[in-house]
Amino acid sequence: MSAPPLLVIDRLRVRYETRDVLRALSLEVARGELVALMGPSGVGKTTALRAVAALQRFDEGQIVVDGFVLAPGPLPPESRLGVLRRRVGLVFQAHALFEHLTAQSNVTLALRHVLGKPRVEADTIATRLLSELDVGTRAGAWPRQLSGGEAQRVAIARALALDPALLLMDEPTAALDPARRSALGATLRRLCEQGRGLLVATHDAEFARAHADRLVNLT
Amino acid sequence: MIAALALCLVTAQQPAPRVLVWGGDAEGGAPFVEADPRDPSRVRGFDVEVAERIARGLGGDRRAQFLQVQWSNIDQSVERGDFALGLSGVEDTPARRARHAVTLPYFEFREVLAVRPADAGRIHGLADLRGRRVATLGSTIAYDLLMQARDSTGVLPISYDDDVHPYGDLVTGRVDAVLLDHIIAQRALRRRGGIGFVILLDQPVAIGHYVGVLAQANAVLRDSIDAVLREAMRDGSLKQIFRRWNVWDDTQRTFFERVLRTSETATGAATATSGQALAYVPSLARAAVVTLLVSILSMALAVVVGLTLASGRVYGSAVVRVATTIYIEIIRGTPLLLQLFVIYYGLAGVVRLPAFLAAVLALGLNYAAYEAEIYRGALEAVPRIQLEAARTLGLSELQILRLVRGPQALRYALAPMTNDFVALLKDSALVSVITVVELTKETAIYATNIGSWVVPGALCAVVYLAMSLPLARLARRLERRWQTP
Repeated sequence: MSAPPLLVIDRLRVRYETRDVLRALSLEVARGELVALMGPSGVGKTTALRAVAALQRFDEGQIVVDGFVLAPGPLPPESRLGVLRRRVGLVFQAHALFEHLTAQSNVTLALRHVLGKPRVEADTIATRLLSELDVGTRAGAWPRQLSGGEAQRVAIARALALDPALLLMDEPTAALDPARRSALGATLRRLCEQGRGLLVATHDAEFARAHADRLVNLT
Repeated sequence: MIAALALCLVTAQQPAPRVLVWGGDAEGGAPFVEADPRDPSRVRGFDVEVAERIARGLGGDRRAQFLQVQWSNIDQSVERGDFALGLSGVEDTPARRARHAVTLPYFEFREVLAVRPADAGRIHGLADLRGRRVATLGSTIAYDLLMQARDSTGVLPISYDDDVHPYGDLVTGRVDAVLLDHIIAQRALRRRGGIGFVILLDQPVAIGHYVGVLAQANAVLRDSIDAVLREAMRDGSLKQIFRRWNVWDDTQRTFFERVLRTSETATGAATATSGQALAYVPSLARAAVVTLLVSILSMALAVVVGLTLASGRVYGSAVVRVATTIYIEIIRGTPLLLQLFVIYYGLAGVVRLPAFLAAVLALGLNYAAYEAEIYRGALEAVPRIQLEAARTLGLSELQILRLVRGPQALRYALAPMTNDFVALLKDSALVSVITVVELTKETAIYATNIGSWVVPGALCAVVYLAMSLPLARLARRLERRWQTP
């Protein structure tokens, strides 16, 4: 018997006022699998990721993340989302790094204040994550000092700090040159090999075909 | 064009209208100068009639024309040429004589203490008021007497901007005595129906005189006015004026005889001369400390209340948002001066706040409204996507505020906060209306007593700058330190 999927999105519908942004989206992501959510701009890719990360309410359907069920209607209070938060990491298209913290502190923030790890342990984990993502030398830099590619890798490290089983990425290749896109692809494959599931929203068909296990097209 | 210019010149060369423009403060009220209840566009009072008598005496069908001026600014205005003669219970002091042309004295008054009836048997003079609060009008001989008594006998002088509230505060117990001119004390007692306090008329603290004041360059007119005043003393017209206003008594008779006999230029009770200007420096230093204390405590209150209000507006329920908005709009939409009066005098029936506390409360609660808007703006300026990123990391709302939103908002708020503190430092001058003598008030007293604003004004400006510039510097340094590259 095969393991249950890490993420199940079942007939997801999201409405903005009178307009359907998403209508009956269904997909699954297994552990170790990289699924690319494809489609042109404005088709609802980001909305789908935000719904999975419980940042966006939805009107119909269901989302199950590693056994945690999100139902239609208003978002649950944060106090009831603790389990989901540890299972799902989200890398925003604009990275959304905390401007007042260094790269290192961006990564240690959740380790210290959510997981309650001591400073030394949090620093060790952050240093390892940043090194694995090839930005170990930029640990002391402020977000504004980072290039687009560096900021993205710091954002990935931050999202991985809680060791989530599912990583969501929104348009990760938007600001990358071809060499960086290829390196990013290799990084994502490595994350899959660690047993994580990845759902990547992208309109970059070439990147998706080269690195994803499966493509889901939104139209 | 040329014709119009010629017409102007002809008009300008016509003889000046036969009026004696004199300045006084109708806010001082009867019996000096007050708006006539039957026709508020006119004034009445013994000073009004003295001015009219002087105008008549100067001849040529001259008439007196009144110009309203704040009492404490009479000297400066007359020197500027706003009017020819200042009359409004103007006291005779050596400093005034040194800087302006001063007429001979036309009325003798006694500086008298007013105390509550229960204290009348125990208090006979300033020496009996050690450690007690004694009120008076700022920038007067009485104020100088109290300042001297503070050093010699330890009374606590409380300065007011008007001569009505000191007696009200005496009755309610905010102060223990009032030292002012006997006719002011008698008027206050009449207004209260003769109850509430008693006047120690028989034990005057000092004797003073009212004079007219003219610009220093106007000594010729002053001499003419002196002649008119002597004539008015001789022919009884001055006595009739004082009788009409119920301020005539035997002391005036003796005083008139003395003036006519000696043509003296009487001097009032001892007060500061320009040579003693240095004596004000410790007072200015004390007042600067008051300004700084009021400002720092008010700002601390404003920050705490402002943060609470801003949190209410950003995170609160609809009811809380409406309530905080109403508070902010009411406070921002009404004058700080009004709020000071309401907290100090308006609430006196419910809670009798000490002046210093009332000042800190009024300033703090006022500035809280402005701080709240700064903090709200700063909180909302932190990009929403960062808050969402923090949420996906599992941080609670409180942690997000403390670790992500707050620190960034503080940077946005720092510059406007510094700006507000500098503004508050200067707005703290307003608290003098509720008897807190701070830097500006002390400067005004100093300037009035030495008859010039040049040195006191410069000193005051230097002290304000000495307080505000380091603050701006500190803020810039903090901004630089917090600024991420």
